[in-house]
Parts: sequence; structure tokens; C-alpha cells
Amino acid sequence: MNLIWIILFLVLAPFVGGLISGIDRIVTARMQGRVGPPILQPFYDIGKLFQKEKLRINGMQNFCILSYLVLIIVAGAIFFGGGDLLLVGFSLMLAHVFLVLAGETANSPYSHIGAQRELLQVMAVEPMLILYAVAFYIVAGSFTVATIIEHGALGISYIWLLPGVFFGLIYIFTIKLRKSPFDLSTSHHGHQELVKGLTTEISGPTFGLYEIAHLYEVVILLGMIGIFFAGAPLLCICALVLLYLLEVFVDCSTARVKWQLMVKSSWLVIGLVAFVNILALSLFW
Amino acid sequence: MSYITKSPWIIHYDASSCNGCDIEVLASLTPLYDVERFGIINTGNPKHADIFLITGSVNEQNKEIVQNIYAQMPEPKVVVAIGICASSGGVFRECYNVMGGVDKVIPVDVYVLGCAARPESIIDGVVKGLAVLEERQTALKEGRSIERKVVEVNRSAGKAESANESEVSL
Repeated sequence: MNLIWIILFLVLAPFVGGLISGIDRIVTARMQGRVGPPILQPFYDIGKLFQKEKLRINGMQNFCILSYLVLIIVAGAIFFGGGDLLLVGFSLMLAHVFLVLAGETANSPYSHIGAQRELLQVMAVEPMLILYAVAFYIVAGSFTVATIIEHGALGISYIWLLPGVFFGLIYIFTIKLRKSPFDLSTSHHGHQELVKGLTTEISGPTFGLYEIAHLYEVVILLGMIGIFFAGAPLLCICALVLLYLLEVFVDCSTARVKWQLMVKSSWLVIGLVAFVNILALSLFW
Repeated sequence: MSYITKSPWIIHYDASSCNGCDIEVLASLTPLYDVERFGIINTGNPKHADIFLITGSVNEQNKEIVQNIYAQMPEPKVVVAIGICASSGGVFRECYNVMGGVDKVIPVDVYVLGCAARPESIIDGVVKGLAVLEERQTALKEGRSIERKVVEVNRSAGKAESANESEVSL
């Protein structure tokens, strides 16, 4: 485990995530013909949330959101410290289980439906995270991120060997970013048909913690996509920028789908593209 | 430093009447006026909101809903009554089921006049509300009780006139 990278992640990730989110909001606004907020808007929002009154509906919810944040940070620390990909996947899943619990502790029906939809989102995403780890194991011979990056620097081009897995991961990236068409449990925009879905009953500083956790998660996901381009940092940054712009474009141009379509389509993509990719690799690699 | 003036999230409720002011509030969110420039987001969730925009006069049926939304908002919070109906009841004032302006039910901080209120004056009213919001933030921090002052935004001038300042006890 690389301690410097872990510390860099812990300190810098919220700032990087916040800037990405700020740019995201400006680009989204420009695509809609608006000017958009200042680039530092996500920081203002979070700062404000921590200054608001603490409206606790119960003791459990606060604990759940805090666990969500801690587990996301643990997942990120494992990933950026060069740890095990499987552990990253499991920590992310456990984090989301706590988020679902936070939604379920409230009495609001909106919060409940949001929590159930979040479970469906976890269901749609989780097979891909497992296959992602398996795919890298087949190519690099190890689950650890450090070894994977080492092999990438030695000349294994993951993006050419695992295009299907890459596509599958991009598909679930939209779900993870809470962007349209898959912003079912709660949206990163102000409005959603379930009031605010999962986060309806989460307010003030607790909601601030949730927002910070989301910023960390965005950075982890970008890192997970980034290691496909291990050994080519310039290409990696270009690809991530293009990919994020594509996500914003998709967000602006699509409407929210039903949960059935989300689960079916993501499993179809994972099964057809990512799994076939792995199958072909295990036969010929 | 107070972040609350840089990130005021609004919740919008149309109590009754003709929907004219309602449409104008939504117009403020469109590309032409784009209130997100000021960090304003239309949340639709009282627990995330800082500013309560309310249009139309309050009647017997939605009195409790208005009070409920207000009660669910965490402090510091500001109420902006938009349009003449929300300010005084307007032409519906004498109706048997109309209670009158919003201030009959919850304390109002900013009155935006007009029928219908223009998006410019609505934005102006929200910006006036920000000053109240900041004052309340400091009051909350220092442990003082929150004072309710009334600000009025004129339609024709589009400027705020705090001539009608009076204390309203909660």
C-alpha cells in the first residue's frame, strides 16, 4: 500500500470532485443555453449545508450516512493505495447498503421508494464491478491495483484487451453519477419525481456529509476508469475528460427511465459486452 | 464567512389563485433569467430549502400544508410572498374560503408586489431575502432569537423599498 497516494486521495479528492462537479454544472447550463453557477458552487453548497440547523429525524440516519462516507473513503484509500480491486468493490457495495439503510430509517414514503430504487441500482451495478476485477485478474494476473498499473507501464494495453469491460463500466458510470437517464433513487439535479428520493429526509450537515461522499465516489470511479489507460497518462486524462463530457451530454438529452429498463439494460450490456469480452480473453489469452 | 447567500435553495408552493405568479416563478428558472447564476436551485424539498417562495392567497384547505412546509424547513429560513394575492389576498380577499395573504398563516419576510409579479422583481425579492437570511445566520450563530423584519419589493420600479419595516412576532 502506498501511503502517499492514500493521503493525497484523502486530502485532494473532495476538491477535485468538487471542481469536476462545478465544471459539470457549468457545462450542463451551457448545453441548456444558460450561464450556469460559479465553478466553486459545489463548495458553497456544502459549506452552507454545514451551517444549517441540525434537523435529526432519528439517531440511526446520521450513523448510516457517516458509515456511508467512511466506507466510500475506505474504498478509495484501498484503490489509490494500490490495494485489492475486489475489496474496493465490496467496500463500495457496503457503503451503498448503509445509504439504503439511511433512506429506510425515515418515515417518508419518498425516502423508502428512493431506498428501494437505490437497491435496484446496486443490483444493476454490482455484477459489473465483480467482472471488472475478474477481467483485470485475467490480464494482469493479480487483483491488486499496484500490480495492474505496473503491468500497464510495462506495455499491456488494457483498453485494447478489455474494450467490452470498458464499455460496461462506462454504462454503469451514468448510474453511479446519478445522472439521467438512470437518476432513479435520487438525482444530482434539484428536482426529481420522488421529491428528492433517497435524500428527502436527509438535511443540513448530514446532507453535507452525503454530498462529500458523492464527491469522493466520483473520484474513485474516474480512477477505476483511468487504470484502463495505465502507462499512458496523457491519453488517460483526455479519455476521462471526453467521457465526462459524454456523460453530461447524455444527462442533458435523455429522460429518466423506469427501473425495469435500467436493470435489464445494464445486465444486458454487462452480459453481452463485458462477459463476452472476458470469455474471449479466458479462451485466447 | 456565510455561504448561505451564495447557495440559497428555494422551495416553491402555489397556494391558490390564477397561477400567473406561479408561471413567473418558473420563468425565473429558464435560460433567459437563469437564477442558477446565483447558486439558486429549485429543490422541491422543504428539508433542503432555505427560501420559501409562495404565490397565491391561502385558503382554508391548504393552510395546514403551508404551515407544514414552513415547519419542515431548517433554520435559517426566509419566506417570500410573491404577487398581490400572496401579499394581501388580492381580488380573492373577500371570498368565503380565502384567509387572505400568506402572513395570516406564517411569518412573511419579503413581499413582492405585482399581478403577476415580473421575474425581475421575483429575483429581486429573493436577493432581498438573502440579506435577511444572512442576518438570521449570524443571529443563529450568536444564539440570539430571530427577528422578523418586513421588506417590500415594488413592481413598477423593481427596487426594494424597506419603508414598510415592522416587527412581526412569531
